[in-house]
Amino acid sequence: MVGRKEPSPGLLRRLDDWARAAFPAISTAVLMIMASGPTGLATLVPGVALPCIIFWSIFRPGAMPPPAVFVLALLQDLLTLAPFGTGVVTLLVAHGLAVAWRRFLVRQSFLFVWLCFCGFAVGAAGLGWVLTALLAWDLPAPAPSLHLAALSAGLYPAFAFVLGRIHTAMRQAEEMV
Amino acid sequence: MIRLSIPLRQALSRLSLPVLIAVAFGTMLLGKADALLAERARTALADALMPFYAAFAEPAHAVRDAVEEIEQLFVMREENARLREENERLRRWQAAALSLEAENAMLRRQLAFVPERAPAYQTARVVADGGGVYARAVLLSVPPEMQVRRGQIALDERGFVGRVTEVGNRSARVLLATDMNSRIPVTLEGSRARAMMVGTNGARPRLQHWAEGSRPAEGERIVTSAEGVAFPSGLPIGVVRWTESGTAEVELFARLDRLDVVRLFDFGLGGILPPEAVARPEPRGRR
Repeated sequence: MVGRKEPSPGLLRRLDDWARAAFPAISTAVLMIMASGPTGLATLVPGVALPCIIFWSIFRPGAMPPPAVFVLALLQDLLTLAPFGTGVVTLLVAHGLAVAWRRFLVRQSFLFVWLCFCGFAVGAAGLGWVLTALLAWDLPAPAPSLHLAALSAGLYPAFAFVLGRIHTAMRQAEEMV
Repeated sequence: MIRLSIPLRQALSRLSLPVLIAVAFGTMLLGKADALLAERARTALADALMPFYAAFAEPAHAVRDAVEEIEQLFVMREENARLREENERLRRWQAAALSLEAENAMLRRQLAFVPERAPAYQTARVVADGGGVYARAVLLSVPPEMQVRRGQIALDERGFVGRVTEVGNRSARVLLATDMNSRIPVTLEGSRARAMMVGTNGARPRLQHWAEGSRPAEGERIVTSAEGVAFPSGLPIGVVRWTESGTAEVELFARLDRLDVVRLFDFGLGGILPPEAVARPEPRGRR
């Protein structure tokens, strides 16, 4: 190896770290955009956003800071036809609660976390419903919110399985370094 | 990058969530106050995402096509099984038909049977419904070179439609089987019993005057009868339907409500006398 300079390991390391730190937010955004695409279902978007954000808030809060949640929630509100801003408030509150309880939740079994997530989903749907009602000054039908809660609660295990694998891989990579 | 002291940074990170929630409420109010803003932002986002969607649509289409292909394969498999079964059944029928054909040929040879010639027919386009003296009649457009005779029989592609009652230079009127003035001698195909099919102006003509003891069965096929020498025997008309009130009606094979083209058959029959030929009773002279 004469005459060719190897790229500095510092750069690679930094790129690696950056990719790992950016993966949660970017993957969530890509999933949301894919769900909202012409071939997907627009109603899936909130059902995709909530599991991803809660999962990363509990297991890797450093990669899902409040500003990222804010941007993702804004993206959700723009992609869906929900009243502008309600999703942002809901997701930020959910994120705050998840981060506050994460020390307790991280040590629990998957089933318990899922049950807690169901609570999150119902709470988020309820908060969204209340905010919508306040904004419109009219009681909207409760059924769509409940459907949304059920949808995100049902989608959580699938997301948690895949994201859990990715999270373990990330941790292994971090320990190797 | 601005270097901040650690306590300040911690305070900032702790503050960021409440501040962002407050900002979120702000966006909510902003969206409420200026609905156009949200609309414009949505449009801008959709515009920006368009290339992504377009790129994503290709593999999605491919996946969807593949899934459809697989579904099609399953459907095809089922259909194959069904067709094989049907083929088997038809083969049996074919055997029956061939044997009957052979038997028929043999019988004809023995009887010196003279076969009927295939009836000639002309096709005419239906140009108007109704009009004229009758409630249920259609007008046909007839080119001048086409010879149409009163009493010819009109069929569509499924079955009996009616009879030509008036003929002009370029048009002919067909009295439909459903008209109140229509009386068609029919045969019940199963029992060979004779009956009359009487129009009611409704969609289904009624069946009347069948011989005692030969009650028409539900779903039995009705064909024309040669009685009265107005029709050849055996033209398909319809099937028997009993109403809830207990009258026998005929569900016609022909679709009289959507006639486009009818075939006019000339069987050379003149059984029905034209109205002007009917001898009217002479008015009685005063005493």
